[in-house]
Amino acid sequence: MAEIKCVDLCKTYQQGDAIIKALDHVTLQIEQGAFICLSGPSGSGKTTLLNMIGGLDALDSGEISIDGERVDLLEKGALADLRLHHIGFVFQSYNLIPVLSARENVEFVMQVQGVSAAERRNKSMAILEEVGLEGMEERRPSQLSGGQQQRVAVARAIVSQPKLVLADEPTANLDSVSAKHLMELFVELNQNHRVTFLISTHDERVMRYARRLVRMRDGKVVSDEVQISN
Amino acid sequence: MTALMRGMVDQMIEDGIDALPGYVQVHHPDYRDDPNIENSLSPPGPRLLEALGSPPAEAWARRVKVPAMVSSERNNRGVTLLGVDPQPEIALGFDPASIVAGRFLESPSDQGLVVGRKLLERLETDLGKRVVIMSQGPDNTIADRGFRIVGVFEGKLSAQEENLVYAAIGTTQELLGMDEQISEIAITGGDYRDVNVLHDQVKRAAGDRLEVLSWTELDTYLGLMLGVMDGFVLVWVIVIFLALSFGLVNTLMMAVFERVREFGLMQALGMKPASILYQVLLEAIMLLTLGLLLGNALAVMSILPIRDGIDLSVVAEGIEMMGASSMLYPALKAKDLLMANAVVIVLGILTSLLPAWRASRYRPVEAIAKT
Repeated sequence: MAEIKCVDLCKTYQQGDAIIKALDHVTLQIEQGAFICLSGPSGSGKTTLLNMIGGLDALDSGEISIDGERVDLLEKGALADLRLHHIGFVFQSYNLIPVLSARENVEFVMQVQGVSAAERRNKSMAILEEVGLEGMEERRPSQLSGGQQQRVAVARAIVSQPKLVLADEPTANLDSVSAKHLMELFVELNQNHRVTFLISTHDERVMRYARRLVRMRDGKVVSDEVQISN
Repeated sequence: MTALMRGMVDQMIEDGIDALPGYVQVHHPDYRDDPNIENSLSPPGPRLLEALGSPPAEAWARRVKVPAMVSSERNNRGVTLLGVDPQPEIALGFDPASIVAGRFLESPSDQGLVVGRKLLERLETDLGKRVVIMSQGPDNTIADRGFRIVGVFEGKLSAQEENLVYAAIGTTQELLGMDEQISEIAITGGDYRDVNVLHDQVKRAAGDRLEVLSWTELDTYLGLMLGVMDGFVLVWVIVIFLALSFGLVNTLMMAVFERVREFGLMQALGMKPASILYQVLLEAIMLLTLGLLLGNALAVMSILPIRDGIDLSVVAEGIEMMGASSMLYPALKAKDLLMANAVVIVLGILTSLLPAWRASRYRPVEAIAKT
């Protein structure tokens, strides 16, 4: 886990009378342990591609396989299992559960995985400290700033050490110091634990960490470059 | 509401059984068609005596019960003459406190007569005065005898006060020339709702030549009331809950719609649709349980202030027509409470299935996008 193959992906959305091609025959191969940034203007299809790979939405056509298993053919329960055990999500708009504290949000995935309460607590406290939220563990999302919420979302995504992290604009609400710290954390997980990262971003500073930069526009991949400066 | 209705029906049944009296009665097979002395039976033999002395039998009494005419110097009435053995009759259920004037019979050979208060009014006579009892003797002769009224009783039902006269069994047998013969044996014991054990025990001992009937057979109306009441409570609870279930579905649907994003997120993070369905169902069950706890507590609290009964004497006559007395005692039964709780839980879970199913069917990407 996690070699990803996307073949001829197509996805259209209807907005009123207009049909929008979110993905237009996208083909992409992501090797295990990759650190890839998807860049492109808004509406270029970055988020849609992440959602498709994570099985959050259904394709119109095309094939996605992770380690040889066709994700697009999995049913809902199997997709949920795949996400639970192998994929970590960082959403653009944090998507924390408002009634849970920061620690409980981080623990949520582990709880569904069946991890013991003590282990959950230890891991969640450690990861929250790592993302700079020490002392804020029991705060609700409404009591945290946008940047702090984003860090909770990141902590939730990586706490159970998934093989693949899909991050949608993870630094969008972070100051430059926090963003740098987060990206260094991603790099550390990628290099030491072979976690595959697929990050959509506008942020040039984030792109500099990527070993491979995929540019998208109007639902198409317009360039796919290997960066050697990482 | 159920407790009040149950209380009323229970009371109707208990009063009805008191009037019979007994949970089980033994008769000559033809007695109920023609209750004259020809259709009498011998005192119980050893086998029947053993059955009458064994649990669940608790009390029994020999009785002579025949139609008769009672005449005062001013009036006469058709009545039922009861020849009873006083002590066993009290053990069987006659309440000495119902004697409002004079005394009850004191021995099987007591020469007095105890009549109901209303009968006393109808006969336009009084305590201590003499009346004549006339009935059919052996060989279709007329048997009559003068009795002094030694006691006046107040019945739970006005019909009892008007129609029953009590005389000592020995005196009655002598009047009717019955020797030791009796009209019936009445037996109580155990729970009247589960009368079959007692009935079967007496039936086995009495043999096939005597008719042994339980109170549900002796008074089919009362037996039917018991069955109807059980069915009614179930229907009542279901109807009430079905009306309330719209509120429950609405509440749960609103709770689900308000949390669409949360459910989508849970799925995105790896929670299976089935787990979300279970979660919503679990929440519904917790809601129902909380409601039931509060509801049960309120039910008990609402019954407590009226546990000593509600006096309905202003409409006593109307109520007595149905066989109920003028004091209404609520009967909050564990069985009714459990059934209501079970109905609410089962129907509650059924009505929660739709919101729960809806919550589990959202597509994560669409649900997360909802604000």
